[in-house]
This record gives sequence, C-alpha cells and structure tokens, in this order.
Amino acid sequence: MSSTFDTVVNIITETCDIPRDTIKPESHAINDLGIDSLDFLDIAFAIDKTFGIKMPIEQWTQEVNEGKATTDQYFVMQNLCARIDELVAAKKA
Amino acid sequence: MRLEYFQLIDRIVALDLNGRTIHVEAHVPESSTIFEGHFPGLPLMPGVLLLESMAQTSGWLTIGLTKFTRMPFLAAFKEAKLRSFVRPGTKLDLTATVEHEGSGFFVMRARINVDGRLVSNAELTLRTIAFPSPDLRTSMEKLAAAIEFPMQALAHE
Repeated sequence: MSSTFDTVVNIITETCDIPRDTIKPESHAINDLGIDSLDFLDIAFAIDKTFGIKMPIEQWTQEVNEGKATTDQYFVMQNLCARIDELVAAKKA
Repeated sequence: MRLEYFQLIDRIVALDLNGRTIHVEAHVPESSTIFEGHFPGLPLMPGVLLLESMAQTSGWLTIGLTKFTRMPFLAAFKEAKLRSFVRPGTKLDLTATVEHEGSGFFVMRARINVDGRLVSNAELTLRTIAFPSPDLRTSMEKLAAAIEFPMQALAHE
C-alpha cells in the first residue's frame, strides 16, 4: 500500500500543484484535496500508464450515482490505492 | 471546411481502428469573414481553429473506436504548438493516434501537415459520453456520411 500511495501522491503533486504534506491516506481526493474532474482525468491517465491498468472511473461514478457505493470507497486516498492494487493484482492473475 | 458551421473536416482519408489512427483532410477556404479580421492585409487561419481541427480529427477516431456509441467532447490541450502560418486555400493533412484509452476519456496525439511539413501538433484529451440524444447521433451520422466516414470499418471490428 505504501509504495502505491507514494506513487499516487507523486502523480497528484505533479498534476495538481497540491503540497505533498497535505495528502494523507485518509484524504478525500475531491472533498479534501479539491481535485476537480478535469484534473482527475490527468491523474487517471498517469495512474493508468504507471500501473498498466484502466481505472473503471465510469463504473465507480455510476455506482455512486445509483447509491451502491460512496465516494469514500473510491476517492479516499487509501481506498483509491487499494482499488489500484486490486486492479494490478487482477491484471497479473 | 465550413467555418460558419464549425465543420473543419472535409474528408476521412483513412480510419485504422486496429492501429488506432485516423487521417483526414481539410481545405482552408479561400475566403471567409474570419480572414477580414484575422488579419487585415495578412489573412491567416486562426490557431484556435487549427487546434479545433485536431480535436475534430481526434473526435472522429474516438467515434470509430467506440463504434458510434459515444460522443466526444474536448477536455484539454497540452503541448499545443503552432509552428507556422496557415493561409487561406491551404490543404491540411491531419492525423491523430491514441495515446491512451481511459474510462470515459481518450488521450490523443494529433498533427497537421501541409505538403508533408509539420505545421501544428498537440496532445489532447477528449471525454466521451453515451450520445445524450438521438437527434445528436442522427446529426453526427449525417455529418459522418458527408465526410465519407467508413461505416464498414466498424462492422469488421
């Protein structure tokens, strides 16, 4: 988790000009860090390329809109990193 | 080009869905009211319209790749370069390739060549969403036919 977290923090700081020390595992990317949808596209692009995955953002958004999930499940940093790890593991399987 | 309708692509020359590339051509009109202001005595194709032409080229590629199920919308330009003047009457060769296909978005690299010389290039991001209305899809299908979009290419995928 820590290496994924560090990598994602690097991506966010390079993409969004957010100070590194403000990004915590419990930070919500949207509500706490103020990352908007366009910046999140850049972040998703960098995460996809770095980890060799395709984050299913549309599926996540749909689940949130339908009340099947909360934004915390996907956009709190430690949860986002866990989802990334799951996608990487699924790709290797 | 029909500048007044913001239709900047004249013809799709080649659409390669396996290679994830597109080649289109566009002719800058000899005259337009745009050139009266941009600029008096030195008519030039505005750089923003060159960028838009790359966005439309990339957009047709995404429409092909999503089998005409999703509509692209321009979200971002990066590293856009306008390397030389483009004058009225110029024929443009535009190409676009997929840099990355994400969930609900594409990152593209597009180029404009004139007589084999690179005049503009950019990286751009397009969001795609399911066609929000049947009317829009119908309009896009009509436009696709007008620019010789190879519908048969979708059937072979």
